[in-house]
Amino acid sequence: MRLLKNAAFAAFLLATPCAASATTITIATVNNSDMIIMQKLSQQWEKQTGNKINWVVLEENVLRQRVTTDIATHGGQFDVITIGSYETPIWAKQGWLAPLDNFPASYDYNDLLPQVRSALSVGNKLYAAPFYAESSFTMYRKDLFAKAGLTMPEQPTYAQIEQFADKLTDKSKQQYGICLRGKPGWGENMAYLSTLVNTYGGSWFNMDWKPQLTTAPWENAINFYVNLMKKDGPPGADSNGFNENQALFSTGHCAMWIDSTAAAGKLEDPTQSQVAGDIGFVKAPIAVTTHGAGWLWAWALAVPSTTKHEKTAESFIAWATSQQYIDLVGKTEGWVVAPPGTRTSTYANADYLKAAPFAKATIAAINAADPNHPTLNPVPYTGVQFVAIPPFQQIGTVVGQDMAGALTGRSTVSAALQSAQDSTTAAMKQAGYLK
Amino acid sequence: MKASLAFRIWISLLGWGAALAMFFPVAWMVLTSFKTEIDAVATPPLLFFHPTLQNYFQVNQLGDYAGAVWNSVVISFGSTAIAIALAMPAAYAMAFFPNRWTKDLLLWILSTKMMPAVGVLMPIYLICKSTGLLDTKTGLIAIMTLANLPIIIWMLYTFFKEIPGDIIEASRMDGAGALAQIRVVLLPLAGPGIASTGLLAVILSWNEAFWSLNLTAVHAAPLTAFIVAFSSPQGLFWAKLSAASTLAVAPILVFGWMTQRQLVRGLTFGAVK
Repeated sequence: MRLLKNAAFAAFLLATPCAASATTITIATVNNSDMIIMQKLSQQWEKQTGNKINWVVLEENVLRQRVTTDIATHGGQFDVITIGSYETPIWAKQGWLAPLDNFPASYDYNDLLPQVRSALSVGNKLYAAPFYAESSFTMYRKDLFAKAGLTMPEQPTYAQIEQFADKLTDKSKQQYGICLRGKPGWGENMAYLSTLVNTYGGSWFNMDWKPQLTTAPWENAINFYVNLMKKDGPPGADSNGFNENQALFSTGHCAMWIDSTAAAGKLEDPTQSQVAGDIGFVKAPIAVTTHGAGWLWAWALAVPSTTKHEKTAESFIAWATSQQYIDLVGKTEGWVVAPPGTRTSTYANADYLKAAPFAKATIAAINAADPNHPTLNPVPYTGVQFVAIPPFQQIGTVVGQDMAGALTGRSTVSAALQSAQDSTTAAMKQAGYLK
Repeated sequence: MKASLAFRIWISLLGWGAALAMFFPVAWMVLTSFKTEIDAVATPPLLFFHPTLQNYFQVNQLGDYAGAVWNSVVISFGSTAIAIALAMPAAYAMAFFPNRWTKDLLLWILSTKMMPAVGVLMPIYLICKSTGLLDTKTGLIAIMTLANLPIIIWMLYTFFKEIPGDIIEASRMDGAGALAQIRVVLLPLAGPGIASTGLLAVILSWNEAFWSLNLTAVHAAPLTAFIVAFSSPQGLFWAKLSAASTLAVAPILVFGWMTQRQLVRGLTFGAVK
């Protein structure tokens, strides 16, 4: 059956209109290890189809700004763009993306993980094909836990996380009980803090789009975070994002780290990590509800409506997000680095499960994340660690700065939340959500 | 009055301290470029390690370094040459034939640098798009020329003001026209100043990132775009980023070192009369 699918898929690639006359497409993408592998392996697609690829690799925020400018002005510089689950529904509704619903049957849309497919669809049409997806979970040092006689439950609570962190912190050895994001930004500290507030029963907005940042769940969640980080976190945590925490954890300075499931492959890679093989993975901690405790994010490939090479662009996306591509990565680069979180079949693959000890925890976390019901109480928005509305980037970044201020002690938690509430209210009024 | 020995020692130490503090980030960047990714993020930072050239190989494999260098050279030198050609007559006129609007004009020219570039991103982007200048070296040369023109006019004006007007007057009496005055009198006298202005403009264009990132994609992307391809908020790329940055600054560092005599001479031009 698999062989048949592969044959059908190869036939589709060769049948694309560009096979006869070579087309050059420009792909704008972010810089991370999965995308580097894609660049490397895309030579095979070029050989198969006779087409050529120009790569434009940019830092995530630069890419967002660059692509937004290009699409909004109909610049047409890019044929394939890498976007996330935040932009996809917003841009699709604005008519900036071409729907991706014409892939051949061998592409097997139904193999895409339902949560991820849903996050990248509008009105049941897929607008961006997932390249890899992630949720968040708890990573911990099994060796330190065993030495301290502690046992990490499959579903930890934040109260337990605090107890563990207190016991495992030894600042004289630069060993910190917990590492969490503190660097301000909507995709940095606010990604984590949104999940924390969700599980404390809070939300960004109520059903009338009124900001909720001074409510009890926000107060409780942010006070918990600030106190925990002061007691058991590393110094200078307000400048720690994903990379800084990865560096701290992989060099043995953190006992626990709650962050992206995409970190797991890097931490289990001995060339990048001194603690590979000593790490356990369990669900993201909860407080008063399981709703929104773990995030959902996907990096996906989309075709901007301004492209002049739509068919070739679609052919590339169909190849790069197919199960055949995942097999290719597994066989050539090693299964541990195969793109995670996109297809059910990946998690039924014995080779992958054997190579990736974090696979089960990753798929469980992704399946548990529900961007359509991210909070305890109903909300008018979708998105777990973000709110899928255009002004959120600005709101999240400003609020992130307030929270970093509370973390460093520049302001109290109450003052930071009041400031965040005021700026969010102003931004929502300006955007027309509030009168 | 001769400074005391103690004062001279202190001032030397202060100078060396300041120079080392300024050079430290560059030195650390070069050092990090020879580390593995895991050594690059080690705590405490490693001063002694097994050096590797792996990052340089990978950076060259992933990016088009030679193409980026060529684009940077064409854009920075091209824009500097055009800007100096435009600024020379302007500065000449204002320095030697001032009128009551000269000071206001100079301030107005400089005021164009006071607006944040992002404020005019959309109109510039649309102009480039409609004229077919997006992702072209010509487009970027035009932008860099205009962006650096105010600084160049100001610097040349300052250098020209140091030249006694009587010399220009005398050449005019001898029958030299405006072009001859510039070529025969002004150029030899203000040569070091013009050279240092040109060098500064090349460095400014070389390091410019905002327009380079926003107006280029594939064909005209210079070294600043090459570096940014190795920056990532998710994944350890410090060592590769350091290697890319070292490769990007290397040509301009060598160029600056070769021309430092002219640069210093120009910057101190007219300081002592």
